[in-house]
Amino acid sequence: MERPVPTTLLSVSTRKGLWFFRSEDRRTWTVDGPHHFGAIVYHTVLDPRDGRTMLCATRTGHLGPALMRSTDAGQSWSQVASPPTFPKGEARGRAVDHVFWLTPGHTSQPGTWYAGTSPQGLFRSEDGGERWEPVRGFNDHPDQQEWVQGDQDQTPDGGKTHSILVDPRDPRQLYLGLSGGGFFSSRDAGASWSPLNAGVAMDFAPDLPEGQEQPFGHDPHCVQLHPLRPDRLWRQDHCGTYRLDRDLQDRWVRVGDNLPREVGDIGFPIVTHPRQPDTAFVFPMDGTSVWPRTSPGGRPAVFRTRDAGATWQRLDQGFPTAQAWWTVKRQCMSADQGTPMGLYLGTTSGEVWASTDEGDHFNRIAGDLPHIYAVGAATPA
Amino acid sequence: MTRVLLPTHLRSYTGGAAELSVPGQTLGAVLAAVEARHPGFLIRVVDEQDRIRPHIKCFVQGEQVRGLDAPITGEVQIIAALSGG
Repeated sequence: MERPVPTTLLSVSTRKGLWFFRSEDRRTWTVDGPHHFGAIVYHTVLDPRDGRTMLCATRTGHLGPALMRSTDAGQSWSQVASPPTFPKGEARGRAVDHVFWLTPGHTSQPGTWYAGTSPQGLFRSEDGGERWEPVRGFNDHPDQQEWVQGDQDQTPDGGKTHSILVDPRDPRQLYLGLSGGGFFSSRDAGASWSPLNAGVAMDFAPDLPEGQEQPFGHDPHCVQLHPLRPDRLWRQDHCGTYRLDRDLQDRWVRVGDNLPREVGDIGFPIVTHPRQPDTAFVFPMDGTSVWPRTSPGGRPAVFRTRDAGATWQRLDQGFPTAQAWWTVKRQCMSADQGTPMGLYLGTTSGEVWASTDEGDHFNRIAGDLPHIYAVGAATPA
Repeated sequence: MTRVLLPTHLRSYTGGAAELSVPGQTLGAVLAAVEARHPGFLIRVVDEQDRIRPHIKCFVQGEQVRGLDAPITGEVQIIAALSGG
């Protein structure tokens, strides 16, 4: 049964600026933008703890990064006073090229935020994003350079630290994803870290002898934990779709093997249902041959599981049925808190698609935007 | 005082002004003086290791300089070079 939903605010971060789409009923949308016009916008996140503080990670082609902050849910902006930076004069000589990922901290720690950067690093703010400090337990860990495979030789557009997760039961339990490098866990608020990749394939590395696995070096594209069952994590990796139930075993299970073979289980985003730990959504892309990274066969589709990955349902009602070669990047699919849940995605070709029935049907609510880097559904105060 | 010419990319920090005058004996000191007047400017031009950003070029009296220790012998011009689409 459908019940009224509060205002839905979609932030759409693109290669040329930030746009908002606002709706009171999730059917009609009002566009607001561009903000930060001409800037590359990597991620925009509204703080769910106050519904007003918003951070937006930008840079331009010429200039260095600018982390922007709003205290009125994106209506006005100022550049933060002390953005994430590596220590001046450090031996590795790292400099932040851009902030790639933003995560609000634990509900018991208002004002705490985390940021993941390129080159790869983790940073923390304790004043609502105005001033940032490096998380040295990660950035300066003696193995970190090996984990991130060097500061220079990286994925296109630089290595990315992403999928920073905070366990809702314990603010000291943190996770992060490295592209490339793998997925890591900290039980002590970032002071120490250990890899958490057992069971995940690494097709881009030579096979090891039977029974051996690489502990790190993987390429998680996006990882989410379920807020109501935080021991359950969902992972869309460069090498498949996985589920982890830490209360059972610290070993990932490749639930993507249950997706249709002709579609495969390669993709960027993965989204959980806010109230249903067994429900998740992926957007597969073509990871065959030379890795075109388009919708397989030019036919875009979301796939949904309602049984923890045992079976998947193709959801393509409303999408083009042929010759649609876009894809959806790792921060570009987002769920709202409504009932039924709304699902939103932004494409590499600048379209925003919305579903108000948990993916059964999609409507295009915007087209002709620049290449989309992130979509976030939020509820402003 | 040194005259500093700014590209369009940086004029959001100066209220639209294309140039300003600040004190300083080196390029680093001049840029720091601009930062003092217009906070947020410096990180866009120079990284935390004191390297000029890759697509920013700095000229002193018409000569390109590559380090912040370059002495000031005349006007400073900051140019945003080609950076792709």
